[in-house]
Amino acid sequence: MENKQIIDINNLVKRFPIGDGYFTALQGITLRFVAGEFAGLVGPSGSGKTTLLNLIGSLDSPSEGSVVVLGHEVSRLSHRESAALRNYHIGFIFQTYNLLPVFSVYDNVEFPLLLQKRDAVGRRKAVMEALDWVGLSHKAQSRPAQLSGGECQRVSIARAMVKRPELVLADEPSANLDAKNSHHIIQTMKRLNRELGTTFLFATHDEKVMGYLDRIISLDDGRVARDERPLCVNEAQSDSTAEENGHARRQARI
Amino acid sequence: MLAVKLAFKNLIGAGLRTWLTAAVLSFAFVVTVFYNGLLDGWNLQARNDTQAWEIGGGQFWHPQYDRFDPFSLQDAHAGLSLEVQRLVEQKKLAPLLITQATAYSGGRMINVLLKGIDADQRILRLPTSCFKTDSVEIPAFIGRRMAAAMGLKPGDALLVRWRDQHGVFDAREVTIVQIFTANVPSIDNGQIWLALDRLQDMTGLHNQATLLVAATDHQTPIELSGWIFRPPSFLLKEFEEIIRSKKVGSSIIYGLLLAIALLAIFDTQVLSIFRRRREIGTYMAMGMTRSQVIGLFTLEGGAHSILALLLALVYGFPLLRWLALHGIGLPEVADAVGMTMGEKLIPVYSAGMVLFAVALVVVSTTLVSYLPARRIAGLKPTEALRGKVQ
Ligand SMILES: Nc1ncnc2c1ncn2[C@@H]1O[C@H](COP(=O)(O)OP(=O)(O)OP(=O)(O)O)[C@@H](O)[C@H]1O
Ligand SMILES: [Mg+2]
Repeated sequence: MENKQIIDINNLVKRFPIGDGYFTALQGITLRFVAGEFAGLVGPSGSGKTTLLNLIGSLDSPSEGSVVVLGHEVSRLSHRESAALRNYHIGFIFQTYNLLPVFSVYDNVEFPLLLQKRDAVGRRKAVMEALDWVGLSHKAQSRPAQLSGGECQRVSIARAMVKRPELVLADEPSANLDAKNSHHIIQTMKRLNRELGTTFLFATHDEKVMGYLDRIISLDDGRVARDERPLCVNEAQSDSTAEENGHARRQARI
Repeated sequence: MLAVKLAFKNLIGAGLRTWLTAAVLSFAFVVTVFYNGLLDGWNLQARNDTQAWEIGGGQFWHPQYDRFDPFSLQDAHAGLSLEVQRLVEQKKLAPLLITQATAYSGGRMINVLLKGIDADQRILRLPTSCFKTDSVEIPAFIGRRMAAAMGLKPGDALLVRWRDQHGVFDAREVTIVQIFTANVPSIDNGQIWLALDRLQDMTGLHNQATLLVAATDHQTPIELSGWIFRPPSFLLKEFEEIIRSKKVGSSIIYGLLLAIALLAIFDTQVLSIFRRRREIGTYMAMGMTRSQVIGLFTLEGGAHSILALLLALVYGFPLLRWLALHGIGLPEVADAVGMTMGEKLIPVYSAGMVLFAVALVVVSTTLVSYLPARRIAGLKPTEALRGKVQ
């Protein structure tokens, strides 16, 4: 289980048409992720983090090379197949939460299960469990508008996790949150990563997030500049050591 | 189910705008049902009345007869064969003899038609039994409109002048014994009804008739040699054409209402798809296919029609029902238009017509919701998620 390959990227190139020519957003990316990783893509703005995450989420297809996610070659999937792959196996967490404002917290979390046409009893159990993971059981009937940013992001974590996907992709999940809430949601995700073995892949600028990552891939101008595994991250690591680790790293840079 | 729930939540969430649109849409629906019900009711009523008072189960015409040309009456008459006489005995046919004449009353002179009908007929509702009186020499009855036009009342006498079969003028005084009230102007305006045998005597056209009215349940063969059968559908053709043209006319009214509502929905849809890109992207990221998202937005727009029908149920149903129970009074208009029309029009809402109106509203709403939503098909999930316009 621990060594199961989740993502296999080979010589990936992504170009976007711009005017008469192309803009190369990603170039020569070769990366592999195994089940249970808690990894992040970091790098300056425009370095291609979101683009890479989208390709892994089969929301986009490569210009060259291959992206194999959970055994599926993304470029070969039809619309329907890639939708099914996301529906059953990939959870998304967005910087802007992207909750449905007209739905209650409960309904928002239930949404992916309804898409999967799960039965009512199974849905209820899964939703309550997911809300419990993020500590929002008591807000099940609230509307997103009645929640704080941190709570909204926790709802969106529950929504991503409720279907127990193999992979969760989170693009700048803490960018709109203050330090306390950022730590809280990352700790929540870290815990789920450990308890459920879900693979998490982040795109982030946030040093607070980086402190929790067990693998940091630095992108620069569409290329992998570094792929490192911070030393002190291990199975038994506590949340507080991760926090300290983050502090240490920040201090080291200064 | 998810889509339905989401569509309604989004729709209700939009608040006043949704209800305003739904209200206009429901109004279009209620007006559609009302107008069509009114015209259908009128049509039905007119058809029933016309059959009861004028055409029965159809008419056998003398080949020369043209109901729009009084001069055709000169030659449009023929003797009744034994077969016809037998059918008349059996009350399956009622012969009518029609002659042009001039009537004088109170110093006024008008052209009239004298219509002879058997006192014993039971096919038409005309009060022919009133001919069976000995108190006056030539009993006659007329309709309410004719009576009003000439200022006549029961007991009044008036002079009529006609040409007999040889073209010789003759004149007699007839006495009005009864005035009938019917919704059918074509048996009323400018007509004086006499007993058939009396008119045959007056004109010298013994045992002759211009046309034969068939009983509603007539079992007579459609072929009567020397006569042309005109079924009710033929005889009511003009009227039905008028109803049809009125339907087209009234469709402009509700068509306009519908157009306003549809435009509002179209507008909402275009705006939604423009504004809610990130939401669309989120649906796609969560694993909805594009066609599912298109379906969702189509349903959301189309659900306006469901809200509209619910609204219509709340205020339109009692209103339309009340109108159907009480009818719509049209005191003076009826006579003025010269068409068969009761003093009250009773709308008739047939299931087919109501279903048509429902389908019209639902289908058109769904269509204008779908057309803008189709654009989602060309939207990349990544672009949608960025919330940017391509
Ligand atoms: N659809 C597109 N068309 C053209 N260029 C694009 C498109 N999407 C991304 N790019 C370009 O590709 C580059 C990488 O974009 P990307 O969004 O992946 O950056 P990022 O690392 O996520 O940046 P940030 O940290 O600001 O989110 C950018 O220069 C961007 O302008
Ligand atoms: Mg980005």
